Amino acid sequence: MAGQEQQQPQSRDSQVEEDVPEAPPAPPEAQASAATQGVDDLLDEIDGVLESNAEEFVRAFVQKGGQ
Amino acid sequence: MTAAPEPAVGGPLPVGGAMRVMGAETEYGIHAPSAPSANATMMSARVVQAYAQVTRQRAAGGAETRWDYTDEEPLHDARGWTLDRASAHPSQLTDQPPVLDAEAVALAYGREELELDGQDESGTLLMNMVLGNGARLYVDHAHPEYSSPEVTNPRDAVTWDAAGDLVALATVRRLGMDPELPAINLYKNNTDNKSVSYGSHENYLMPRSVPFGDIVRGLTPFFVTRQILCGAGRVGMGQDSSTPGYQISQRADFFEAEVGLETTIRRPIINTRDEPHATADKYRRLHVIIGDANLSQASNFLKFGTTAMVLSLIEAGLAPKLEVHEPVAALQAISHDTSLTAKIRLLDGRRVTALDLQWIYHEAAAKLAQDTGVSDAIDGDGHTHEVLERWATTLTQLDSDRPAAASSVEWLAKLSILEGYRERDGLAWDDARLGLVDLQWADIRPEKGLYYRLLARNRMQRIVDDGDIAAAVTEPPSDTRAYFRGRCVSSFGKDVVGASWDSVIFDVPGYGRLQRVPTREPLRGTRALTGGLFARHREAGPFLAELLGQNTSPPRA
Repeated sequence: MAGQEQQQPQSRDSQVEEDVPEAPPAPPEAQASAATQGVDDLLDEIDGVLESNAEEFVRAFVQKGGQ
Repeated sequence: MTAAPEPAVGGPLPVGGAMRVMGAETEYGIHAPSAPSANATMMSARVVQAYAQVTRQRAAGGAETRWDYTDEEPLHDARGWTLDRASAHPSQLTDQPPVLDAEAVALAYGREELELDGQDESGTLLMNMVLGNGARLYVDHAHPEYSSPEVTNPRDAVTWDAAGDLVALATVRRLGMDPELPAINLYKNNTDNKSVSYGSHENYLMPRSVPFGDIVRGLTPFFVTRQILCGAGRVGMGQDSSTPGYQISQRADFFEAEVGLETTIRRPIINTRDEPHATADKYRRLHVIIGDANLSQASNFLKFGTTAMVLSLIEAGLAPKLEVHEPVAALQAISHDTSLTAKIRLLDGRRVTALDLQWIYHEAAAKLAQDTGVSDAIDGDGHTHEVLERWATTLTQLDSDRPAAASSVEWLAKLSILEGYRERDGLAWDDARLGLVDLQWADIRPEKGLYYRLLARNRMQRIVDDGDIAAAVTEPPSDTRAYFRGRCVSSFGKDVVGASWDSVIFDVPGYGRLQRVPTREPLRGTRALTGGLFARHREAGPFLAELLGQNTSPPRA
């Protein structure tokens, strides 16, 4: 498990670097499609980190009372 | 502190704006996916124990200290009375060290576990630590809780609260290294969506001279509506989430009263717990239980900054004069309306949106801050100007540019991911994947937590440098008594046997009895006042001798 966790941040870093360079200002339509592209990329990334078996995972998250 | 060449006592903080003594408490959701029925109190104790191991590695001598319960008074009511212990709900008795039920532990982990290193030298489970940054890490009911050190401004509140998330992360990593035990996940959220909620509280120091009724009147309309700035967002409606949908606040559906002492049952919008943890005739500690735990730095900053400013309005007698009709229902109606168009009724007959009410408070706070000079961009107090600017910008964006607001307002940021999934995959609000997005938003591991994935892509604003947050894991704030507490723990940990918000207790060889150093003034014990003392001494004995004004050897036993 520790091994996995050490590897994942590296892949994250490489993804960050891809996002950093700023292109010159794009026309509005291009901006909008870039934004959509950004959301799609983001969802793809989240797909990769979401726990598997969502239903079971969410159901098992049961907490005792707190303040 | 007789021998120390003291600079002038740090005067009171500038009044009228966003500066005041404040602090955050975060109860983390705790879950072992491979052992879902493991005892939550036992797991929480493991979290505390894990951090003790981390700090032992970090500093030889052990930066860990027990909690001193002497001044805990959870049944004191700010309205002027004390609840009889026999009438109190067991969860209200927070002045007693929690006792782990050995049977529950044995059931959860096997009986031999009791013999392992979940115990300290004296054979009891470690349930409480005071950290070198001045914070407290402990087991609160069935959750690990990090209570930040006292700070003087909203930026530092964000910094030391976020440092708590790194403390929590360090425990998760440490526990993950143990192949014998199930991995434990920690979540910075406030509900399991199965009718249980746990808190993230704020504390604000106020002069005791302010009538409590003024606080209730001035704060209630503000608390009903501030969630639009700092709600963390929640998938599901109702305490048990039985109605599909999305709402602004994690906590709103769990509030059932307007004013009260309880924090675990019949939760009130205004909590009356009156434990000042300071000189009781001068101060009250306003204990705020209505907030969501925030990962978004901008939401957290506004939560503390705007609330501190509204308290300044109340102290000045200048809070907007308005009252909300049925505030509990209004709180929930606003939480359930992500369009921000719902109108709530005021007792004078007006019908206003949450944005309208927030603008009324902003205008009043801006005027007071201008009149007192604290909001000046150059000559002000250095914090109020930024709070007012961000407050106004965020309200404007919430009204007319929601994509921009989604980089700062936590419930909108979470909603943007959820809407992305709904559009891409056609998911209904009761789809388990949306529930998982909500839960995993708050996972404190950067590689798993969805908030952190957005932060890594710069889709969430940073208010504080990552380096400052990392430093705050070990460094106390310099300008409150937390500096003294934290430095005592990190410099003299082996001789400090207990500490609390308003005391540090030493057991120094050569002294016949324990030395309890009271720290009842939150703005003393600062670096300016005690930094030299710490610099001059490597050993607790001479340190204590100078502190207590005894420049000779320790008294004979």
